Amino acid sequence: MAFQRPEFKEQYENYIGGKWLAPIGGQYFDNTSPIDAGFIARIPQSTAKDIDLAVEKAWEAATTWSKSSPAERSMLMFRIADRIEENIELLSMVETCDNGKGIRETLGADLPLVIDQFRYFGGCIRTEAGSVTNIDADTVSMEVHEPLGVVAQIIPWNFPLLMAAWKIAPALATGNCIVIKPAEQTPVSLLVLMEVIGDLLPPGVLNVVNGFGVECGKPLASHPDVKKVAFTGETSTGRLIMQYAAENIIPATTELGGKSPNIFFESIMDKDDEFLDKAIEGLVLFALNQGQVCTCPSRALIQESIYDKFMAKCLVRIEAITRGDPYELSTMMSAQASNDQHEKIMSYIDIGKQEGAELLTGGNAYKNPQYPDGYYIEPTVFKGHNKMRIFQEEIFGPVLAVTTFKDEDEALEIANDTQFGLGSGLWSRDMHQVHKVSRGIQAGRVWVNSYHIYPAGASFGGYKNSGIGRENHAMMLNGYRHTKNVLISYNKNKLGFF
Amino acid sequence: MPVERVSVTEAAAEVIDRLRSEHGELMFHLSGGCCDGSSPMCFPLGEFRLGGRDLYLGDIHGCGFYMHADQFNYYENCHTIVDVVEGRGASFSLEIPLGLRFLIRSRIFTDAEMADVRPVTAAT
Repeated sequence: MAFQRPEFKEQYENYIGGKWLAPIGGQYFDNTSPIDAGFIARIPQSTAKDIDLAVEKAWEAATTWSKSSPAERSMLMFRIADRIEENIELLSMVETCDNGKGIRETLGADLPLVIDQFRYFGGCIRTEAGSVTNIDADTVSMEVHEPLGVVAQIIPWNFPLLMAAWKIAPALATGNCIVIKPAEQTPVSLLVLMEVIGDLLPPGVLNVVNGFGVECGKPLASHPDVKKVAFTGETSTGRLIMQYAAENIIPATTELGGKSPNIFFESIMDKDDEFLDKAIEGLVLFALNQGQVCTCPSRALIQESIYDKFMAKCLVRIEAITRGDPYELSTMMSAQASNDQHEKIMSYIDIGKQEGAELLTGGNAYKNPQYPDGYYIEPTVFKGHNKMRIFQEEIFGPVLAVTTFKDEDEALEIANDTQFGLGSGLWSRDMHQVHKVSRGIQAGRVWVNSYHIYPAGASFGGYKNSGIGRENHAMMLNGYRHTKNVLISYNKNKLGFF
Repeated sequence: MPVERVSVTEAAAEVIDRLRSEHGELMFHLSGGCCDGSSPMCFPLGEFRLGGRDLYLGDIHGCGFYMHADQFNYYENCHTIVDVVEGRGASFSLEIPLGLRFLIRSRIFTDAEMADVRPVTAAT
């Protein structure tokens, strides 16, 4: 099948209580595609009133949904997964248009992972068993799980559908009702998803409200009737989310990004085989999704004994990255998600040059001949040292900062010299080294001899300033429910205190 | 007069004036991390709770500019210029509904400037 820009409606509405509702204030904003800066559709510019309505409808739905059986919820998750799978090409094209990422990635990674996320949590909730403890001969303790009720979720723009799935799936599986706000840069794919799956869901269980952070996100995050907030984004907003959660005494989970090290030990060059080929790709994965990944391996640490030879091979691979039409499966790099993102990345490329980092390749905006108005940047590699800002701040673009190290100790010192701790990678043929170094890295995910794979069931979350909580794993079920202890005494005799 | 650590472009100052007329006094906090991180966030004064590890770098167009000490480690030798571009950022920053986004541009201080640069102070 040939892929192309899909057809959209001129205008979308909020999805509240199972219905498409216009924003109460009647305002809309234009959503554009970063591929060509062209208009996609008008999107509701919602306010606190829309949030109030969505939370109210979610609570109405919660009276029955919170009592639904695990079998019922599990089946819903499987049906959602099947429906998405039937529409995978449409949703991939929509995501490509909305976010700017290539169809190669939406069809090959984003959407398959969305489908798998629903199946994973559908399986988890059906097979889970509770716990009962015999405290003594007359006393039994039962740990019973109950949903929180209505939860708020705020989704980033870098993987709009996948990050929505990571949050929706565990919340639905545990019997919660959801009010979710997609990012204002990429609102339309979740709306198209609701057109695809809306009829499967009881009305009010999943509500989508669109709008800007300050007008719509803040009223959602600070709403007194919301029982948990889940957020993926950056640190200032993460702190605000936790501040509002503190005011309402509710839990918040936050995933706030990283500056992930990708460590290449000298043994990778012992042979010129398929594993070396894989390691080269492992470095070049900084360009996946144009670098707009929270775990982007944006710092490459290369053992100095192999630096020249290994980097030469990597640069050949980077310069072979194909660019062109994001709707072509062969196009490897596409557009940055927005104009301001494009500008910010270019400002960091400027900082790297000013700081004296050595530019190894790239360093410029890329004029896509087919889409001259889109937001494209060349894959860019700097060599420098870890105290430079391009090594310490998440640029969130296709900009790799490379440095060298002498030995394991120095590799770990550089890897951990960062305020973040989300992703990391290490490449080695030495299994002792692999175990030692993977335990020494202060990050929530260490990829060993791999990078950028996100199978459901492998937990994901941060150390240090990268946030609080773990997603993509059954342990997130407890992030969306209460644990009630029912402590039962069979003994008819009093305690004896009174 | 010490060398200032933060300044603002004329275009950004105009946006600050627009926002101030609607929201009252304002503050800036530099964000870190993914998505819209590494960008300045503009909030109504007092909306964002400054903590013991936030630093005050100076005023821009009448608004305090703050960042976390962990981040300042890498800004010590940089002059930070708050600018504004067209774009649709996420986050709770006040200018976003205008279709604009504050961003920072940077310039490395000269040795002479570093000798006389404004000292940072605790935010709280």
